[in-house]
Amino acid sequence: MDSTVTAGAEENVWGGGNRPLGASYGKLMMWFFLVSDALTFSGFLAAYGFSRFKFIETWPIADEVFTHVPFFHGNFPMYYVAFMTFVLIMSSVTMVLAVDAGHKMKKNAVIWYMFATIIGGAIFVGSQAWEWATFINGDYGAVETKGGRILQFVKADTGERASISDFAIEIPGDRELHEKKNGIWYYEEGTRTSLSLEEVTKGFKADSNILIRTELLDEEGEKTLLSREQSLEKLKSATMVVEGANLVQNEYGSRLFADFFFFITGFHGFHVFSGVMINLIIFFNVVIGTYEKRGHYEMVEKVGLYWHFVDLVWVFVFTFFYLV
Amino acid sequence: MAHEHKLEIFRGLVKFKSNTQKIWGVLAFLTLITVVEVALGIIKPKSLTGTYFLGMKVLNWIFIILTLVKAYYIAWDFMHLRDEKTALRRAIVWTPIFLVMYLVFILLVEADYIYNIYKDGFVTWNF
Repeated sequence: MDSTVTAGAEENVWGGGNRPLGASYGKLMMWFFLVSDALTFSGFLAAYGFSRFKFIETWPIADEVFTHVPFFHGNFPMYYVAFMTFVLIMSSVTMVLAVDAGHKMKKNAVIWYMFATIIGGAIFVGSQAWEWATFINGDYGAVETKGGRILQFVKADTGERASISDFAIEIPGDRELHEKKNGIWYYEEGTRTSLSLEEVTKGFKADSNILIRTELLDEEGEKTLLSREQSLEKLKSATMVVEGANLVQNEYGSRLFADFFFFITGFHGFHVFSGVMINLIIFFNVVIGTYEKRGHYEMVEKVGLYWHFVDLVWVFVFTFFYLV
Repeated sequence: MAHEHKLEIFRGLVKFKSNTQKIWGVLAFLTLITVVEVALGIIKPKSLTGTYFLGMKVLNWIFIILTLVKAYYIAWDFMHLRDEKTALRRAIVWTPIFLVMYLVFILLVEADYIYNIYKDGFVTWNF
């Protein structure tokens, strides 16, 4: 190739010395990273789709899992996640406004818009932490069968979910948690549930108003409700009480649901967290005037790309985890 | 980067006076879509959950299409893809789309196969 580059390099776009794509090296590399990161997230979401299609008839209904709003009691499906989505879109807007102000070399405007973006990101991460805590603590409690499936309880007269503490009958006794220091030293019992299986079973037999619902979805897309006789029969296969969710057990239904929830929203939350950190660094650079001296605010634009990408991923996570 | 922005959206149907105005306009549009999504998710109209298109509920198709619309406006207006050169834009957009479509197709077909094995085969798992 001709090594001399002339100003009129029309016929020799890729010969070097110019920018065929009209973007700087840094911006191109940011896009390069974002495309590969998009593929990573797509891989996770596709894996989620795989597991969901595999257990399409028994997958938990997201509306029934995420029903809480901080400071309010009651059943509010989706509201809080919708709020989180809006916060993230809003912080994307302040970010793009910061980029716009940067093009016009308005330092103070960049500072304030970036500050608002960071606050928005912090609210989102905090909300996600709250969402995790609620999910981990659980709602109603359930029992797990020999096959590892979840049985939940419903009040027959109202059709509402019944918490295991509503009907379980306490059996007095002083069973202690088996710790390394009070038993076999190499054996440890995990956290104990607030009620034992015997207590739940006893309460269930005494209260004829309680029915069991299985994971299986019927034609309406609702969980299958068993009759009282079927419920009593089904409860015999229960092996343990499950409260809340972790990587091994999940009172809301399929364990894979909890695993993917922790993994995908966790990975996304990690991105938001690092986005907030990167934004902070750039924010302080703007404050001390680094980019004013440099003569352009392209760094703000580059971290802006990353921040919008985080928002973009959330749009997909929101759809595939909470809506579909 | 610091060049002129293309200020029209919806294929020229709406044209904004400045870039700042366009940003707020896009925000309004994205918020509207989110509100529609959440409202549909809470109401779940029977007419949409009961009817199927290509093996999936119409409601889910609506969610996925609305998501792609949202993604389009985030990428085009917030990430300024609208202002980039066509070659760069195509390289960024079509590479993941092609790979993801391929991966999703493979995985979902395989998952459906396993679902049928569990359903019709001799393995009991739901007990």
